Amino acid sequence: MSARQRVAAIEGWYTLDEPAHLLGSRCNSCGSYYFPRLSAGFCRNPACEGTSFETVPLSRTGRIWSYTNACYQPPPPFVSPTPFVPFAIAAVELAAERMIVLGQVVAGIDVGQLKVGMPMELVLESLYSEGDTDKLVWKWKPSGVRP
Amino acid sequence: MSREVAVLGVGMHPWGKWGRNFVEYGVHAARAALKDAGIPWTDVQFISGAATMRCGYPGYVAGATFAQALGWQGAQVNTSYAACASGSQALAAARAQILAGGCDVALVVGADTTPKGFLAPMAGYRPEDPDWVRFHLGITNPTYFALYARRRMDLYGATLEDFTAVKVKNAAHGAANPNARYRKRFTREEVLESAMVADPLRLLHVCATSDGGAAVVLASLEYAQRRGLKTPRIAAISTVTPRFASTEVEMPDIATDSAVAAAGHSFRGAIAARAYEEAGLGPEDLSLAEVYDLASSMELDWYEYIGLCRPGEAEGLLRSGATRLGGRIPVNASGGLACFGEAVPAQALAQVCELVWQLRGEAGERQVQGARVGITANQGLFGHGSAVIVRK
Ligand SMILES: [Zn+2]
Repeated sequence: MSARQRVAAIEGWYTLDEPAHLLGSRCNSCGSYYFPRLSAGFCRNPACEGTSFETVPLSRTGRIWSYTNACYQPPPPFVSPTPFVPFAIAAVELAAERMIVLGQVVAGIDVGQLKVGMPMELVLESLYSEGDTDKLVWKWKPSGVRP
Repeated sequence: MSREVAVLGVGMHPWGKWGRNFVEYGVHAARAALKDAGIPWTDVQFISGAATMRCGYPGYVAGATFAQALGWQGAQVNTSYAACASGSQALAAARAQILAGGCDVALVVGADTTPKGFLAPMAGYRPEDPDWVRFHLGITNPTYFALYARRRMDLYGATLEDFTAVKVKNAAHGAANPNARYRKRFTREEVLESAMVADPLRLLHVCATSDGGAAVVLASLEYAQRRGLKTPRIAAISTVTPRFASTEVEMPDIATDSAVAAAGHSFRGAIAARAYEEAGLGPEDLSLAEVYDLASSMELDWYEYIGLCRPGEAEGLLRSGATRLGGRIPVNASGGLACFGEAVPAQALAQVCELVWQLRGEAGERQVQGARVGITANQGLFGHGSAVIVRK
C-alpha cells in the first residue's frame, strides 16, 4: 500500500506542518495584518506609509462570525467530487489579528452544528484528490471536535 | 449657493434577458428620458455614461458609444466605472459639470447586456488571485449573502419567514411595474420550495442578472426655473470609499482588514450617512427608499445601514408592515432587485428613476402617497457604493 502524497492546493497561503497556520503579512510600521499576504508593497492603513512586511503565521483559533453552506455545485475552478457533496463555509474572527477569515468547514460538519461565537480551530484537509495525491487546504473545525 | 440640480426627465428600457446589444437599451432609455424632459437630444451639452465591463470596448467608453448612437452633436462626454455604483458616479459627474457652470443640461445613461450562465473566473492555476482562490474553495457570491443572513438569525432572531416575507413584499410591489423583469406575485410557499442555494437562502431569495437600461436628464435649477418647471431635485450623491479598517466581509475577499492599528468602520453605514449630511436631511425625513436587495435578507441589513432603525431592529420593522406599500416607509416600491435582477451600470440609475416617478406622483399602482423625499442605496465590488437623495 503506497502512502498518499500531501501537497498544498494553493501554494504560499499556509504551512503544511502540524499544526498548520495561515501565512499573513504584518506591517513592520503599524502592525496591521493582511491575508492573503500583500502582493503590492504598501500598507493599507491611511495613517501608515509602511512598505516592509514580515510573513507571519496567523492565529490558529477564533470564533465564528457567520457561516453557511454550499448546497449546489459551484462552477470551476472548484473541483467537485462526483457526485457533488455539500459542504459548510465559516467566517472566523481572529482575536489577536482583529480580522475575519473565510474558509471551508471540515467534512462531516453542517450548518446545524454551527453557531455565531462558536470557537473554531484551523486544520488541513483535502480540498480534492488527484490519483494518489491529496490537495490540502485550510479548513475550520469546531474546537475540541475529533476529525 | 444651492448644490442641488433638477431632474427634468427619466426613462428606462424594461429589464429582461433580451440578448440584444446594450446600446439598444441605452438609446431607448435616453430617448424616453429626453421625451419625458421635453428636450431634444441636440440641446444636451454633456453626456455621462455608466460603463459596462461585459460588452467589449464600446462598453468601456459608454458615454461616447451612446452619444454616437444618438448622433454626434458636439456634447462634452464622460464615462464612469464604479461597479454597482457606476450610475451614481456618472450622475455625480453630470451634476458637477452643471454646478461648475460648464453646462445647463446633461444626460446620464447606463445599460448592460449580461452573458448567459455563470460569470466564471479565468481558467488555469492562479494562486496569486484571491478571486480565483475563493472560487477554487467553492465560495460563490450567494455565500457572502448567506453569511449576513445567518448572522442576523443568530444575533437578532431573524427567521427564514422574514427573508421570505421580504421577497413576497417586493414581488407584490414589482407586479405593478412595467419595467420589472419578474412581475409574478410569488407566494411564501413558492419561495420556500425553491432550491436551497446557500443556507438559509433559497433560489428565489437571490437576485438574477438582467439586461436593461436607464437614463436621467439633469439641468441647473436656473434652467428649470426659466422654463417654469417644478421638478424633483437631486439633493445628495454619496460615492464614498471605505475607511480602513473595514470590518465588513466583502465579496470577493477571503479576509477583512485587520483592526489592530486602526479603529473598525462600517462601509455600508457610511454610504448613506454621507448622503444625509450633504442633503441636510435624515432618515426621519424619508418617504421611501430603494435599496440593494441582492438577496432578500440583505434588505434587512439596509434598513439599518440607512438608519430606518437601529441594528437588530430590522425584523421588527419588517414585521410591523412599515416597509411595504401603504406602510410608514415603503422600501423597494419598484420591486427592487428581486423583480428586476441586476443590470450593473443601469441599476443605480433605475433606483433614481423610481424615486423621481414616486415624487412626481406618477408611479401608478405602486405609488407611495405624498412622497416628498427618497433615498437610494447600493454597494458592490472593490470599495464601491452609493446613495442618492431626491427631494420634491
Ligand atoms: Zn502599516
